[in-house]
Amino acid sequence: MSLHRLWAMLLKEFIQMRRDRGTLGILLVVPIMQLTIFGYAIRQDVRNLPTVVYDASRTQESRALVQRFDATGNFRIRGEVSSYAEALRRVDDGRARAAIVIDADYARRIKRGRPAEVQVLVDATDPSASQSAIGAAQLVGQTSNVRILAQQTGAKLGEGRMPLDVRVRPLYNPALKSVLFIVPGIIGMILSNILVIITAMAVVRERETGTLEQLIVTPLTRTEIMLGKIGPYVLVGLVQMTTVLIVGHFLFHVPIRGSVLLIYLMALLFIVANLGLGLFISTLVTRQAQAIQLAFLFMLPNVLLSGFMFPREAMPKAAAAFGMLLPLTHFLQVMRGIVLKGVGLEALWPQCLALVGFSVLFITFSTLRFHKELG
Amino acid sequence: MSDGLAVEVKNLVRHFGPVKAVDGITFDIRTREIFGILGPNGSGKTTTIRMLCGLLIPTSGTAVVAGSDVTTHPERVKSAIGYMSQAFGLYGDLTVEENLRFYGSVYGLDKELDARVAWAKERMMLGELGPRIAGKLSGGQRQRLALGCSLLHRPTVLFLDEPTAGVDPAARRLFWQIIRGLAAEGTTIIVTTHYMDEAERFDRLAFLSRGHLTAYGTPTEVKRTFPDASNLEDIFVQLQERDT
Repeated sequence: MSLHRLWAMLLKEFIQMRRDRGTLGILLVVPIMQLTIFGYAIRQDVRNLPTVVYDASRTQESRALVQRFDATGNFRIRGEVSSYAEALRRVDDGRARAAIVIDADYARRIKRGRPAEVQVLVDATDPSASQSAIGAAQLVGQTSNVRILAQQTGAKLGEGRMPLDVRVRPLYNPALKSVLFIVPGIIGMILSNILVIITAMAVVRERETGTLEQLIVTPLTRTEIMLGKIGPYVLVGLVQMTTVLIVGHFLFHVPIRGSVLLIYLMALLFIVANLGLGLFISTLVTRQAQAIQLAFLFMLPNVLLSGFMFPREAMPKAAAAFGMLLPLTHFLQVMRGIVLKGVGLEALWPQCLALVGFSVLFITFSTLRFHKELG
Repeated sequence: MSDGLAVEVKNLVRHFGPVKAVDGITFDIRTREIFGILGPNGSGKTTTIRMLCGLLIPTSGTAVVAGSDVTTHPERVKSAIGYMSQAFGLYGDLTVEENLRFYGSVYGLDKELDARVAWAKERMMLGELGPRIAGKLSGGQRQRLALGCSLLHRPTVLFLDEPTAGVDPAARRLFWQIIRGLAAEGTTIIVTTHYMDEAERFDRLAFLSRGHLTAYGTPTEVKRTFPDASNLEDIFVQLQERDT
């Protein structure tokens, strides 16, 4: 291993990178774009569902009930309609996503201690969007029941003093904001998707133009060629991560509770693992187009199974197990752990170990294949 | 280098699994010689060159190139030889100057680098083209740049793989002029080619077919072993027909 030769290789890569303005621009702009899109557009916590009310009872009791629905924040009351059919039509044509229907004898029945009926129609075409509204509606029902029962039995219950008071305290992300969950994930997703493609392409390009053949007749060793190829992209990866962290922190108020140094150390491990994977892909293909396709094949499970968007707990066992083979799965736990929970290595060592394993495995694998293929 | 030999090949064999790509060839190449290795595709030509460049380990037999054994000291061989591939191996997005500096550094040139880059530009008649992007050069200019890149570290043995494929006749003439000059100054040149008119330019040549050496010697000697052929082109055709 000669530092002189490695430096020549790195210098060449940097000149090429600088000259390819288009790619460099994409590498630096895409993370900010993705962060903005995901940060603003993706809201898994659906609030303010446009809601219409058909209140046939028109009493003080029924108005109080509607108010309790409104107070949950899940339903935004958009106005009253004059019939059940009209309420249904509003949900049908999409002007409302939910409708609250209160029978004409609602107040009368409650006063007489008989069961009264309230219907909540929720547009459940999107299950995850409707989930929280359905939950909120059931909660309104339960608390109202307790209140009504208390009035009927004359039990003395002050506000918030139920016989059983279950208090849920959401830790780490008390406001339950999706963006806090998404930002650390985006770092991982961008790093893996972009770096895998870019390294695979960089090596395959050398093969396509015949320069790789030229490189191996020089005294450059295979290790020097590999390090020279991935070195600049390690730097690009770190710049990308820094950008996302800074923008996420100042634009989306993502707290960074843990050690920044630990974030960078773990990211470095993760970057090396992905570059190794990119190199490995490059040894399997001969054309850039093939490299892109293979990289895409990797990106889909990367997004779907890693827990970036969908909770891994909800996956079938086989899918979840397959997800464990993705470096991103482990890195997401690391990033969310450090950024949101503020935990350190004492909690994250299994994931850290997995990342070390992946790095060693991929780099060894691709170096071996690289050697074999070049003869 | 023993007895003025740049390359000594003895019973060289290379198998790929059951395929005997090179099956026991013996020849030598003298210092300052322009030596041609000819043969159809699949004749073992490329495998032989790759072994001589230290890229492939022979299955058996020996090859000594520029004084070093390719099996035991491939790294020494690599530092002592120059290699110009058919694809030229240039970076199209780097300038002429940057290509030269890159290959020079890779071969370990340091203090000498500036002087050698200047030498290559002058010798390869690339004069004022230093700041030009290599991808925008003409075929002949790219060919001479590739040659310059492979000569920076003063190799004693130079391998040219199909050097004049896709280059216009004027540029080809200029190229051979440079090559003859290099040989006269002491560089041994080993060329593979399909162009039969170029085969007449070689001091000596070797015909390979199916991993065997079928003819070997000066163009005149080779012609004598094939009495019913009037020129090397005929011999080449005959050898190929015998193979199929």
